[in-house]
Amino acid sequence: MIYYHLLMHEWALAESVIKTAAEHFKKEKLKKLSEAGVVFGELQAIDKEIFSFALEELVKAESKILTGCKFKVIDEPAAFKCRVCGKEFTLKSLKKTAAEAEYIHFIPEMAHTFLKCPKCSSPDFEITAGRGVYIKYLTGEK
Amino acid sequence: MTLPPDQSRVPSPESLVPCPEFGVAGKAGGGMNLDPRPSVICARLKKIKRVIAVTGWKGGIGKSVTAAVLALILGKKGHRAGLLDLDFAGASAHVVLGADGLFPKEEKGLEPPFISGVKFMSVSFFSKKKAVPLRGANISDAIIELLAITQWGELDFLIIDMPPGINDAALDIIRLIPRTEVLAVTTPSVMARAVLERSLDLYKRLKVPTLGVIENMTPQPGRPPKAGPQSKMARSVWPGGGVRQNLAGDIRFDPKLEAALGSPEKLLKTIFAADLEKISRAIF
Repeated sequence: MIYYHLLMHEWALAESVIKTAAEHFKKEKLKKLSEAGVVFGELQAIDKEIFSFALEELVKAESKILTGCKFKVIDEPAAFKCRVCGKEFTLKSLKKTAAEAEYIHFIPEMAHTFLKCPKCSSPDFEITAGRGVYIKYLTGEK
Repeated sequence: MTLPPDQSRVPSPESLVPCPEFGVAGKAGGGMNLDPRPSVICARLKKIKRVIAVTGWKGGIGKSVTAAVLALILGKKGHRAGLLDLDFAGASAHVVLGADGLFPKEEKGLEPPFISGVKFMSVSFFSKKKAVPLRGANISDAIIELLAITQWGELDFLIIDMPPGINDAALDIIRLIPRTEVLAVTTPSVMARAVLERSLDLYKRLKVPTLGVIENMTPQPGRPPKAGPQSKMARSVWPGGGVRQNLAGDIRFDPKLEAALGSPEKLLKTIFAADLEKISRAIF
């Protein structure tokens, strides 16, 4: 199971979170980074268990300055707005195959290839929320 | 195979400019909203000695074939070569290479598959023969995602097949990989001349190193190829200015090229590949 975790592409994104948090730690000259709020956009469907495992392992192996930092996962539902007809819609209202979901998982912009506005069928929509991974906040002690 | 003599152009890993942050990720709800992905792009490309963006300013002038065959030529010479197709709207390097049935392997990111000794990554792996209708901001997001998750490992050359023109993809590559060198492709058409001159001037102002301009589809079958600014085509079509000075060489129009598409072995035996190989010896 652990070996499987090491293979997943979530590892690469977890690495970017750790690196960004470490850069913030150094830039702000913090004594301790206490909490990081990491948003998981619904569209990318990141595996939380794998991602959290990767964060823990990366802190231990590469970024000991972040030891003790709590990584809080914040779920963000995906939301879309059609640029053609103005319809606002959610991911649950859209159909996709397992393979299409996998491609969107790797590159969320593939949503424009495989998904369409439920009202006018246009692929020209805006992803207004819940695209992928980003850091909402970092809190620490100076 | 050793690297080319002009090592002065090869940036050392220490000289790499850190990837700039996007800062705000543009999500709703307030907060810092940091996009973490750009922070790892430099690390992903750290073991790549040279990044070459094959670009041009018109569609259908042979950018993808040039990029793909150049990667094959470099691979055949013993260099560790990679090919990244960033032409999301018109991805075709997979067609040139015949890369059907391949898919990246998940290994702490995505490891590009090998095809004829070249590591290859393309949006075509994820779009599955469907159109990719992306606006500018989406293109930037997709490029950043691809650069952040692709594990290239050690390479001597990463060849990037760019979309036509200086657009979002070109500006993103210049911003995210500041050491990128440009290799431009054009044709003998006079239509290409003005836009080519302007584009070269822009690259100069952006301080992007230009390796040279390759003139493709030169209509002189049977004539031995000539490289450099003294070639016949350089004198007749590009009588002066930046293009002539930057001309790396010309590639004869090859009527047999079409039949070789999809087969790396056949491609390497074409007149196109022979002319490009001569040019690559001159510029690398």
